[in-house]
Amino acid sequence: MNGLKTFPLGGVHPDDCKFTAQKPIEQLPIPERVYIPLSQSLGASSVPIVNKGDKVKTGQLIAKGEAFISSNIHSSVTGEVEKIDEWIDTSGYRRKTVIIKTTEDVWEEGIDLSKEIKREITLTKEEIIQRIKDKGIVGLGGATFPTHVKVSIPQGKKAEFLIINGVECEPYLTSDHRLMLEKAEEILIGTQILMKAIDVDKAIIGIEANKPDAIEHLSKIAQNYKGIQVQALKLKYPQGAEKQLIKALVNREVPSGKLPIEVGCVVQNVGTAFAVYEAVQKNKPLIERVVTLTGNSWHGGNFWVRIGTTVQFLIDHCGGLPTNIEKIINGGPMMGKALVSTDVPITKGTSGILAFTSDISRRVKIYNCIRCGKCVSACPMGLEPVTLEKAAENANWDIAEKYFVLDCIECGSCHYTCPAGRPLLDMIRLAKNKVNQIVRSRVQ
Amino acid sequence: MSTYILSGSPHVHEQQDVKKIMWGVIYALIPAWLVSIYFFGLPALFLSLVAVASCLLFEFLIQKYLYKSNELTITDGSAVITGLLLAFNVPSSLPWWQMVIGSLVAIGVAKMTYGGLGKNPFNPALVGRVFLLISFPVEMTTWPKVSPLSTSLTDVITGPTSLGVIKEGLMKGETISKLMQNVPSYTDMFVGNMGGSLGEISALAIIIGGIYMLIRKIITWHIPVSYILTVFVFTGILWLINPEQYADPVFHLLAGGLMLGAVFMATDMVTSPINHKAQLIFGIGCGVLTVLIRIWGAYPEGVSFAILIMNAATPLLNNLVKPKRFGGA
Repeated sequence: MNGLKTFPLGGVHPDDCKFTAQKPIEQLPIPERVYIPLSQSLGASSVPIVNKGDKVKTGQLIAKGEAFISSNIHSSVTGEVEKIDEWIDTSGYRRKTVIIKTTEDVWEEGIDLSKEIKREITLTKEEIIQRIKDKGIVGLGGATFPTHVKVSIPQGKKAEFLIINGVECEPYLTSDHRLMLEKAEEILIGTQILMKAIDVDKAIIGIEANKPDAIEHLSKIAQNYKGIQVQALKLKYPQGAEKQLIKALVNREVPSGKLPIEVGCVVQNVGTAFAVYEAVQKNKPLIERVVTLTGNSWHGGNFWVRIGTTVQFLIDHCGGLPTNIEKIINGGPMMGKALVSTDVPITKGTSGILAFTSDISRRVKIYNCIRCGKCVSACPMGLEPVTLEKAAENANWDIAEKYFVLDCIECGSCHYTCPAGRPLLDMIRLAKNKVNQIVRSRVQ
Repeated sequence: MSTYILSGSPHVHEQQDVKKIMWGVIYALIPAWLVSIYFFGLPALFLSLVAVASCLLFEFLIQKYLYKSNELTITDGSAVITGLLLAFNVPSSLPWWQMVIGSLVAIGVAKMTYGGLGKNPFNPALVGRVFLLISFPVEMTTWPKVSPLSTSLTDVITGPTSLGVIKEGLMKGETISKLMQNVPSYTDMFVGNMGGSLGEISALAIIIGGIYMLIRKIITWHIPVSYILTVFVFTGILWLINPEQYADPVFHLLAGGLMLGAVFMATDMVTSPINHKAQLIFGIGCGVLTVLIRIWGAYPEGVSFAILIMNAATPLLNNLVKPKRFGGA
């Protein structure tokens, strides 16, 4: 292992609270009913191809991603489509959802369910990308960008590095950590498949130093895989953000407003690499994922969860919530979304569910800004959150645009560190929204 | 369906808050405060209590009767800091009622007229001090001699400060080597055994407080280091040019209010720039202005004016100097 790398600009050090790191991934039972939302990835919603009353098998395609940025969705259980109706999702809004009543667990034909690891990659580059698209693989780090779009390198661009994101810099979450310990071989084969898809011979797996067991384990196995290097990273949030991870690993800066391919990089999460392995080598669609269930005083564990299982079902499996829980979060504590209800389903983008007690679920007291500049020092994009907050407060969108509000990656470091408890990110999100609208209207 | 708390991310917080920062600064001021009580005796204790009490009272009254607000910001500690720093910046022999007037100007004019904590462009304690210096020049430049552990509240023996000795002597055409015989040894100046304002005398105590604030991450090194280094380099160059005309740089570091200014006054977050690059420029500006005033100005000491002038430049620095942007051209 060489010296620890990190990104130079900004960042914060929240307590990592990885309480469930030592809990092996457990198979969650299949629920009576699954709720599969039709918009589970970035981009356009998928179009359902099943109707009420249809019988579906596990792994059967139930909705197609027809737009360019969109993804396929498969049934995660065997049963009957009860209805296609509005159901609340992790955003808190009601969205079109396929509700399936489970009867048994019979898998679609052609899916390899054996435990055997398939190392040989037989598919061509084009076949791999098509398979990734067919099997509904999306980025599992949280952003849920359709993977087939990301690995289709645009004309005139060339990828040099595949970067596999095993950073898991969000506190509390341990799903990627467990996956790296339990499915290392598969992740490395998935990495090789992705390398073939984007035509590179170098891949770097970045892992933060708070997971020494995963670093050691993957490094050992990676010796058998040509061109794959494991790099330990110094603990710092938000290292798992694409641009920060590229900077840390290959010291290249993605220009403002551009994609990683601009500097020859494609970044994929370790969970995505595993899903790619399963899709390409085992023909298995993305119908389950690892979810960490934890909190500040209550810890469930890590689970293989079928997509569409409600949060409540997962919680009940772990004995139900203690009564002092005031906040439920989908994702990590820095970037996750607070949930309205536990009836929402777990989707492809759910890396964890956190339950917070009243001690930490409420925001801190708000004071006047004391211009301490901590938000400026913490911003990994080199912005001035305080200036952007003031611009948003005064509805001065010109100023917000001038000071690059659109560069904000919404990592939350500014609000996290602000001693005056200012709602910096809330205001910056508002400004981003407005400025985006203005920029779009300008184009038309 | 149970109801849960909804809020935007992030859902965790560093748990540092304004109150903790302000009280951290107060703890950092304690060593220098104790030294001042040791060297100047009870008058120092009395005067600092008057300053703190009147600052708290004025903030409370203004908030209650002028803002008509039920909020009570006097517990956040910032008024206590203003009171302590104002007391630190005056001679321990200052009449108590002048101290009260200084507090009124510091809190009432320099802080609350702008809207209270975080809104003031100038360091309130320094505004109070400069107001006193201009209004009561005799009392503000009568320096009691140090008499360790004195309990007397009256009958003080007075004498000029080290900077005053140098300034007056040079004006009379004397040389530095001769004048230096009349100032305390550097060791005495370092621990605080010299005449001067209440809290500025001990570089040692101030440095201890500064290190405490650095460890607690209340301040960063940028302003104090650039300020002190600039004074050191600037006076060093002058000293190398003509050691009989200009005092040596170590003298300039230890004399007067430089340490107090660089560690506690210039680092006031509210009135200094928000990014590190601009903070370095701010510190250098303070250093240059301090030396200019000390050597060529009418006053023997220039720290207060230097910091206030740079306070005025802070919005400009914030606008002109931007942090390095990720992926920027």
